[in-house]
Amino acid sequence: MLLNSKLGLNPEVIERARTAARNIARETQGFIDKNTTVTVERTVARLLGIDGVDEIEKPLPNVVIDNIRDGGGLSQGAAFWIGNAIVNTGLSPQEIAEKVNTGEIDLTKLPIADKDKIYKTVREIAEKTAAGIKQNRKIREDFIENVGEGKKPYLYVIVASGNIYEDIVQAQAAARQGADVIAVIRTTAQSLLDYVPFGPTTEGFGGTYATQENFRLMREALDEVGKDVGRYIRLCNYCSGLCMPEIAAMGALERLDVMLNDALYGILFRDINMQRTIIDQFFSRVINGYAGIIINTGEDNYLTTADAVEEAHTVLASQFINEQYALLAGIPEEQMGLGHAFEMNPKLENGFLLELAQAQMTREIFPKAPLKYMPPTKFMTGNIFRGHVQDTLFNLISIWTGQGIQLLGMLTEAIHTPLLHDRMLSIENAQYIFNNARDLGEEIEFKQDGMIQKRAQSVLADAEKMLIDIEKEGIFATIEKGKFGGVKRAFEGGKGLRGVVEKSENYFNPFIELMLGGDK
Amino acid sequence: MSLGKVDLTKIKPYGDTLNDGKMQLSFTLPVPKGDEADEAAKQLARKMGLSEASVVHSHDLGVGYTFFIMYGNCSHTVDYSVIEVPKVDLEFMDKEGVEQYIEENIKRDVVIIGACTGSDAHTVGIDAIMNMKGFDGHYGLERYKGIEAINLGSQVVNEDLVAKAIELNADAILVSQVVTQKDVHIPNLTQLVEMIEAEGIRDKIVLVAGGPRLSHELAQELGYDAGFGPGSFANHVATFIVKQMVERKLV
Repeated sequence: MLLNSKLGLNPEVIERARTAARNIARETQGFIDKNTTVTVERTVARLLGIDGVDEIEKPLPNVVIDNIRDGGGLSQGAAFWIGNAIVNTGLSPQEIAEKVNTGEIDLTKLPIADKDKIYKTVREIAEKTAAGIKQNRKIREDFIENVGEGKKPYLYVIVASGNIYEDIVQAQAAARQGADVIAVIRTTAQSLLDYVPFGPTTEGFGGTYATQENFRLMREALDEVGKDVGRYIRLCNYCSGLCMPEIAAMGALERLDVMLNDALYGILFRDINMQRTIIDQFFSRVINGYAGIIINTGEDNYLTTADAVEEAHTVLASQFINEQYALLAGIPEEQMGLGHAFEMNPKLENGFLLELAQAQMTREIFPKAPLKYMPPTKFMTGNIFRGHVQDTLFNLISIWTGQGIQLLGMLTEAIHTPLLHDRMLSIENAQYIFNNARDLGEEIEFKQDGMIQKRAQSVLADAEKMLIDIEKEGIFATIEKGKFGGVKRAFEGGKGLRGVVEKSENYFNPFIELMLGGDK
Repeated sequence: MSLGKVDLTKIKPYGDTLNDGKMQLSFTLPVPKGDEADEAAKQLARKMGLSEASVVHSHDLGVGYTFFIMYGNCSHTVDYSVIEVPKVDLEFMDKEGVEQYIEENIKRDVVIIGACTGSDAHTVGIDAIMNMKGFDGHYGLERYKGIEAINLGSQVVNEDLVAKAIELNADAILVSQVVTQKDVHIPNLTQLVEMIEAEGIRDKIVLVAGGPRLSHELAQELGYDAGFGPGSFANHVATFIVKQMVERKLV
């Protein structure tokens, strides 16, 4: 592909950067493989069929994992103990969870059954769950084949009313107006809950709780409107925070299509402990990969805190690392929605050229990835008229450089979560630009050694240098020094470290082997 | 523009002729697009005091709702001459001015703690004021000589913020609130004031709130010394803090 680089990017530099990122990811994987977390184990419980809440709204997966943890058994994995209980009692995982809740069963106190029998029993259930997830993939593929889908860049809009039923009205309206992806923004602070709430919810601040029932309700609504408008409407949620893999499991079960899924984002912007979330991320990505879900990474956010001109290389470096983490978790390039953003100060002379250079650079370096391009937010002011123009320039770059997922900018960014007609105006803007300039990128080349080529080359060179430094220092030390997003985080700091447990030698999780890489 | 004399006791919107009252507005009505919808929009505009209201564009939103863009002539006037708005009434100094002021009048480092509190995860505001880089060409407090700026980041609980302020003997606390949907910021801001008062340090601290939907008036109502809204930079906040410290003899 780079024989045709419009930017004169040197393939050797790209290869060196990619190799450094691969080494960084492999080193982290060594750490990940030694550990598990409470949410990883709750995910196993969920995938084995445990759901629901107790009388004080505590989810049963939490009840079960707390019971195993209190009994000192978490290092062997929840699957082992649940399997042992099935062999002992003949009950289903859900029935067992209910009895754990009433105190009738204490999982680590049951006699240990024959290990092979435990493994076999659990694997049978796990295979059924995996088959169900694979069936969801097929439903998605069939829908797209039989009904259709929108052209890329997919038009991505958010709903954020706090009430799932209100969200549905807005999401269906957006789909009728032309949206291809609906993201249901989560209520503020859900990322810091170490459990996933249950059932349909109607109260939230700046967003709506991610619950499995809310996922199901929205999925149903989008399928309904999708059939009407003749396009598969993708559903997006947030597989981040302290319950990354649980949300991934819920999304896989309810056929979500896109998930924000980035440990680095959680570390930097939600102050989640780095050890915890990097372990959580791996299992969440294994599930997302298997379920055919496009992940979105959060590099765009770096530029809301750091400068988009000076720190562009940190975005690229992080994308390289995220690509390698994703590959290790079995996610193909076609499911890697690497993130970047249009966040330069609009007063910057030739800022448009620099944005164009960076968007084209990202496209060339990750040719198969459905890149997620984020709109201006930092320099949106409340001047909705100028804001609409900023969004227009952003849309122009997107169609010009072939981005994958266009998170539509709203003219009312910085004022409120989008109103019904804000979304319509954004969609209308994007449709106009995308249609009117559809093949612009095919027609235009950039001047040899001009401003655009040089910008892209220098960002790539800086990213390569940064990756080689990280390779020497390790990713954790790099974050501790504040090199991403200008935010420093400590190895032992942040939220959720208590939930990390070292695996014992006989740790058992049937889903990793079932889902990782194979059997798509 | 010297065609007519503006009567400040009776001002109304200006389009292209003094006192034409021209206004534009846009909104959605939960009814399907059509002549009846346009008429409903016009009647609504008339009730808002707009004469010659016209729908210049209407758009079907796809769920039986319609979006309108309208123009009309406002019939109301307001008396500008008697308006008084509470605001941070100061000659703002620039960065160098603040630094010099500290050197001459305070003669020690000013300790300022900032945080985005409660469930709010949006640090863009507090970062713009505090971080080295600042925003839009205005350096943040971290870069000021004579200011020790500590940015605690996002989702800081009020307890931790107060504990840190006591630990570091802070001169000022900056609280940023960006998420204001359903007024989620109000109880959170109020709670902080109550906690600081309960600790008996309210008199020793300059307490400042900021955010896109925060006015000085609202901040004062909630018990803050000042509120800084959109368009505020580090030097505005710094000027207010150092002058307050001197005025309140907190040096």
